[in-house]
Amino acid sequence: MTNDCLVFGEVRGGVLKKVTKELIGAARHITETTGGAIDAVVIGGAAAAAAEGIKGYGLRSITVIEDEALAMYSTEGYAKALGDILEAKSPAYVLLGATAMGRDLAPRVAAKIDGVMFSDCVDVRMEEGTCVARRPVYSGKVFIEIAPEGGRTTFITIRPNNLPPAGPSGDGTEVVTYAAGVTRDAIRAIATEIVPVAGGRPDVTEADVIVSGGRAMKERSNFTVLEELADLLGAAVGASRAAVDAGYADHAIQVGQTGKIVNPKLYIACGISGAIQHLAGMRTSKVIVAINKDPNAPIFEKAHYGIVGDLFEIVPILTEEIRKIL
Amino acid sequence: MTVRSTACMDGRTALQRTSHGGYRKEEPLKIVTLLKRVPDTEARILINQEGTGIREEDIKFVINPYDEYAVEEGLQIKERTGGDSTVTVVCLGPKEATEMIRTALAMGADDAVHICDPALVNSEPFTAAAVLARAIRETGFDIIFCGKQAIDDDMAQIHSILAEMLDIPQVSVAISFELSEDRRSAVVSRRIEGGDEKIETQLPAIISCEKGLNEPRYASLPGIMKAKRKEIRTKTLADLGFDAAPGGGRSRILRWLPLPKGGACRMVEAEETGDAVKEIVRLLREEAKVI
Repeated sequence: MTNDCLVFGEVRGGVLKKVTKELIGAARHITETTGGAIDAVVIGGAAAAAAEGIKGYGLRSITVIEDEALAMYSTEGYAKALGDILEAKSPAYVLLGATAMGRDLAPRVAAKIDGVMFSDCVDVRMEEGTCVARRPVYSGKVFIEIAPEGGRTTFITIRPNNLPPAGPSGDGTEVVTYAAGVTRDAIRAIATEIVPVAGGRPDVTEADVIVSGGRAMKERSNFTVLEELADLLGAAVGASRAAVDAGYADHAIQVGQTGKIVNPKLYIACGISGAIQHLAGMRTSKVIVAINKDPNAPIFEKAHYGIVGDLFEIVPILTEEIRKIL
Repeated sequence: MTVRSTACMDGRTALQRTSHGGYRKEEPLKIVTLLKRVPDTEARILINQEGTGIREEDIKFVINPYDEYAVEEGLQIKERTGGDSTVTVVCLGPKEATEMIRTALAMGADDAVHICDPALVNSEPFTAAAVLARAIRETGFDIIFCGKQAIDDDMAQIHSILAEMLDIPQVSVAISFELSEDRRSAVVSRRIEGGDEKIETQLPAIISCEKGLNEPRYASLPGIMKAKRKEIRTKTLADLGFDAAPGGGRSRILRWLPLPKGGACRMVEAEETGDAVKEIVRLLREEAKVI
């Protein structure tokens, strides 16, 4: 095993996911102490084009794997390809985004090579020569700091939108193409199609700004009030469980313990009371603004800024005021 | 689909035991659902005095909510495939987990395996998976359902590690599951960023379940009565052929940290709502610098 760090560059829709630069930032921190190098591996259709996005980032190498059988995601196909690179490079640490793909792929590959994996981490730090990962447990009510033992390859999936993205830092990255030799009939479960959900806005788990509605929205059609603000800010629209259960919004945008965990810079909670389960999903937001008729709503205990009032009065004014300054 | 040798001891049953690729449609399915005992979502979680874990006194424990979707999906498939198929609950947990297992049996599962051993308390994912794998091979399986993650450790690894150990395909965070007519494969939709990804998978496979897959049923009173007579086979590590908890020593929890205390909320008020909103926008721009 070397002192190196391998970064998994996830490609979706021909584009390298934003979290990749956050992983490179974490990898830099790790290798500053271990003295190792940072390599990346990018798998999928258009991987070579996607890899261009991280060429000037001081990586030692980027391995591009574009087997036809890997154009669509499959756990086994990607695990085989990633496994080959791990065998060749033998890094101490493997970093992936805690995305749908990363969360599915990382533990399988870790099992394949008898490593260890820490899921959904919000921070990585070097302590006495070992990488220590901080991760939420009990739906984010408590955190643990955990370190690998026994000299195994350590896989870490890192929550998107949490760590700062690395900036460009210089050339000299070797780009290598590797044919993993994966064939379609060796793969037993494969993605055949992706059906996009509600158009145009960022996914809540990746959004920098979220405008979210609770049960006070009263009707699905009322979400247009939030959508107008969201579109102005390039934000995602979220919902509390109460709103989803009442049929005002789809579960796909539910924020909370049994929904999505989000990490935006700005979370605007409209008519959301702030139940523990909702907070579990958005408490790591950098700035929380709460709008609620009830001055005693628990959300005000966690928000940074609050305004008591009717969201249907406040949100349109908010939209107008923001429109003036943008 | 490649057909595997009937001589392998990996527990695959009906679907794999034919050598010519043809098989009787009426072959019942063996469905395994995993279950974990976890603190209720409403529970107030505090770090214990020693700083080595959480305080468990006064906490209500329940079936891991995501595992309920797994049990329900197993039951629905059993119902859809004519009722001869079976649903076996497999649970690794302390003796108190029996209560949760009985609930799953009351929902309609047929029987259960309860792996219970003091050496398995707080086990790492690899250990839990290795033990579960052996128990599952013993029961045999065609489809394994489990929750996408346990809401205590939130590791979300077991299904992937199990899939690798059992050498079967996997699909994570399923929101819909459609068994093919011939029961050899399934089409599963899963939640990814910005959309739903459709996966075609051969069976046997392991599927981790997301909220929205189905609506878990409540146990009925007749169900609860029947559950009392259903079999729960309890297994220790020794029963499964292990000398000690396998695959451990991969990680060490260094410390437990409470949530950082937030500052007080800045409540913005004014005579006119419009002025209060203007002030919020100003604060967001100038103070918080987020717009």
